[in-house]
Amino acid sequence: MNAPAQQSSDPLEADVWARLATVSDPELDESVAAMGFVDTVQIDTNGEVQIGFRLPTYWCAPNFAFLMAHDMREAVESLSWVSTAIISLRDHCNAKEINHGVNAGLSFGDTFPGQTAAELDKLRATFRRKAFKRRQELLLRHLKGADMTPQQLCAMHMRELAALSLENDEALHLRARYQEIRGEFGGPAGESDLAFTTDSGKMLTPDSFNDYLQELRRVRVNAEFNANLCRGILQTRYDEKAEK
Amino acid sequence: MFKTSDGEDIFVIDAHIHLWDARPENQRNVHGAQFINCFHDYQKGLSPEEYHWPAEKFQYYGADTLYEDVFVNGYADMAICQPTYLKEFYKEGFNTTEQNAFLRDKYPNQVLLNGAFDPRDGEPGLDALTALVETYKVIGVKLYTAEWHGDSKGYKLSDPWARRYLEHAQGLGIKNIHVHKGPTILPLNRDAFDVADIDDAATDFPELNFIVDHVGLPRLDDFCWIATQETNVYGGLAVAAAFVHSRPRYFAEMMAELLFWVGEDKLLFASDYGIWQPKWLIEKFMAFEMPEDLKAETGTDLTLDVKRKILGLNAAKLYGIDIEAQKSKISAS
Repeated sequence: MNAPAQQSSDPLEADVWARLATVSDPELDESVAAMGFVDTVQIDTNGEVQIGFRLPTYWCAPNFAFLMAHDMREAVESLSWVSTAIISLRDHCNAKEINHGVNAGLSFGDTFPGQTAAELDKLRATFRRKAFKRRQELLLRHLKGADMTPQQLCAMHMRELAALSLENDEALHLRARYQEIRGEFGGPAGESDLAFTTDSGKMLTPDSFNDYLQELRRVRVNAEFNANLCRGILQTRYDEKAEK
Repeated sequence: MFKTSDGEDIFVIDAHIHLWDARPENQRNVHGAQFINCFHDYQKGLSPEEYHWPAEKFQYYGADTLYEDVFVNGYADMAICQPTYLKEFYKEGFNTTEQNAFLRDKYPNQVLLNGAFDPRDGEPGLDALTALVETYKVIGVKLYTAEWHGDSKGYKLSDPWARRYLEHAQGLGIKNIHVHKGPTILPLNRDAFDVADIDDAATDFPELNFIVDHVGLPRLDDFCWIATQETNVYGGLAVAAAFVHSRPRYFAEMMAELLFWVGEDKLLFASDYGIWQPKWLIEKFMAFEMPEDLKAETGTDLTLDVKRKILGLNAAKLYGIDIEAQKSKISAS
């Protein structure tokens, strides 16, 4: 297996892994650590940290690869004891450009001069919106399965969602993931605002609740398919090499 | 022909097969090596173990192996060769119409040959397309929008030259446009897998059918949405079908989505052979049943009738094949 030792006994290394766990593949809305993309964390005495990662294919979209590399560097450098994080992507058609750009602190535009019309904010926002829908659908389905009615869910406020006593880890995880992203989409997210609204902030109604869930499911099924495909291909790509 | 346990014959058209040459002597550069390795990882990642090939065989398996795997053991009555030129990566091309014509000429009743074009070939490419259609009598083309071409790393169907080519192709009697989306399209800040340009093209060319490879994956959600809006957008099941083995629950969820949004008349079975083999794909697909919870929630099902459409009837419609007449031709040959 290629999964690295993420449960490191070295406290500094554990710090780094904890930071990496907060960095998502924007397309999959899964952490780069959980996906197994990162396979090396090396800490030098002067507080310099080397992070090595690779992706399921040589062709994975360079824009997403750049975003992950950029976010990993930022996340690891936010640790007070880290002086520099050096990111190294390998076995990728744009590895050289991405490593150079990210480690020099360049923007995406300066990393790929002449090949991009804008920065990546719009792309990131598109996939963040999909992540909102996916997280919302998973939580709604879970609560519906736990015998909450569409009426209750459509009328629930953020305060009530936070106060729900949830019986298992999965439910707690789904709620936390949804709460984390709710402020970015769906309108005001104060304690007395509705917990579940569309991404543009429209109220949900019990009548159209099932159709709405069906629409959201499209987004989740797609993301899960991609995540499964990526895991399968990553494992095949690197298990083989390890055997040789 | 697949025979059900009740003895019923199911006519099978595999809508996407390849006969490629990726041997090291044909590879132009590291990209050629990486391209075939990536395909090979797909085979090993999603096939049952007994269907994994060694690297040498995967690079080049030849026409006889293909015939055996697809038509003798693989249940296919007919199959469509979809070319992928990749001349920037392979000296003589990866899998060209010219190479595939050999197979069609050898098995004319079973092999359907498609052509290809690249809008970045400009004016001369339009003439080349005319010649291609005249020489090979193709009524379908396969487009790979992420193909590298000089400094370009891909194109969109909404580009002005792509529209000119579609117009020209339609004038030549082309009916079916198979579209494969891949990564690295410029400008790099955009989503390279975005399928919105298919929506534009399908609206502007209502006489053409657009068959989207891999049901738009990795943008299945957006593809489903477009296919509900456009009556001439179809989904090819290559890649997606392979999940029936490794992730049956996800396969079920995906089929439920596709049947709900796209519909049973607009999905085409495809193996993407040599990546996956139709034998196990079809056996597992035929044995597959939609789980009760998904049936109840989405109102969709994979009945025998639906399977029959996906495995052959839908493709037969698109390619104007009279199945009974074709059966007699095949058995006579």
